[in-house]
Amino acid sequence: MSSGASASALQRLVEQLKLEAGVERIKVSQAAAELQQYCVQNACKDALLVGIPAGSNPFREPRSCALL
Amino acid sequence: MATDGLHENETLASLKSEAESLKGKLEEERAKLHDVELHQVAERVEALGQFVMKTRRTLKGHGNKVLCMDWCKDKRRIVSSSQVRRICCVTGEREHAVTMPCTWVMACAYAPSGCAIACGGLDNKCSVYPLTFDKNENMAAKKKSVAMHTNYLSACSFTNSDMQILTASGDGTCALWDVESGQLLQSFHGHGADVLCLDLAPSETGNTFVSGGCDKKAMVWDMRSGQCVQAFETHESDINSVRYYPSGDAFASGSDDATCRLYDLRADREVAIYSKESIIFGASSVDFSLSGRLLFAGYNDYTINVWDVLKGARVSILFGHENRVSTLRVSPDGTAFCSGSWDHTLRVREIWA
Repeated sequence: MSSGASASALQRLVEQLKLEAGVERIKVSQAAAELQQYCVQNACKDALLVGIPAGSNPFREPRSCALL
Repeated sequence: MATDGLHENETLASLKSEAESLKGKLEEERAKLHDVELHQVAERVEALGQFVMKTRRTLKGHGNKVLCMDWCKDKRRIVSSSQVRRICCVTGEREHAVTMPCTWVMACAYAPSGCAIACGGLDNKCSVYPLTFDKNENMAAKKKSVAMHTNYLSACSFTNSDMQILTASGDGTCALWDVESGQLLQSFHGHGADVLCLDLAPSETGNTFVSGGCDKKAMVWDMRSGQCVQAFETHESDINSVRYYPSGDAFASGSDDATCRLYDLRADREVAIYSKESIIFGASSVDFSLSGRLLFAGYNDYTINVWDVLKGARVSILFGHENRVSTLRVSPDGTAFCSGSWDHTLRVREIWA
């Protein structure tokens, strides 16, 4: 491994780490609350969670059916 | 800033120690905000009841290991690729197959318009095929080579239009290409080994994507600048699959370390691990249900585990495949999901109503 190459690679790593360190962060409690809120708000539309009325399956014969 | 050859060793040593101290600082900053666990916040949410999933359709046309699949936005069609040179498009009862010039077609994707597909693998390329269901037309003849990597293509995805494709490769890079001209628009360097997967952020959240690789890192990229904006290194082995949470604020990963993990982008850290002592085989493919509450994960032990994303518990195991599950996607409208396997089949499943 040539020293010249590893020095510039390290330089890039240092710059990259500085960039990542500077990211604005929020608390996990707030982030978690928002993830949960999204789930709860969209639960009724989630067919794999609540099931779908028979006849809406795209792999059965096509019928027109309104889905949320 | 030029490196003075005479002071090389000093410069290297000081750069190394600066890098180490920055890494330490990054961990410190992340830890400061780690005030609670996701499953604790989710204690007040109603637990999920038992649910039963039924296989609605088993597609057997490949005759070889299925490696990848993707849904068309119209929800009726699927494209899938396999170990031996083939890609298949399935619509209702009809299957349309194209023979590729390479084995191990590891990646395939549907164009947003539904009028074309992209695929590639050991040929190191990503090619686009306009779709025709006229059996007299030779689809392979209209192929357009778009991307060229220096190692295998592991993943590909159209961006919001048919005009651009994002690729991931065993050469350790990701790249953004113009489909019409084949021009390289942006390349993404930073992974220390093969990149195995990528996923585009939902369009509302802007121009970013996440990639996962054999270096155990998941990296989030700015598509315009080519810059890595966040990186996460908590997995203990290759990351085979990454998928954004539907709101775009987080993403999940599946790894050869037999765990799936959830990373929140605004908290800038891992916020959940989905694992069990009894699960010892790698997770090859992950996807969320529409609300983000469920995480479906396909494993090398032939099963699919369904996880409660908020509470961290497994809610169901799905059997049926007779070899590794290699690929898994929830349909665009969230009503079904499809899994592909080395057992040569694809299975479309939904809730037993």
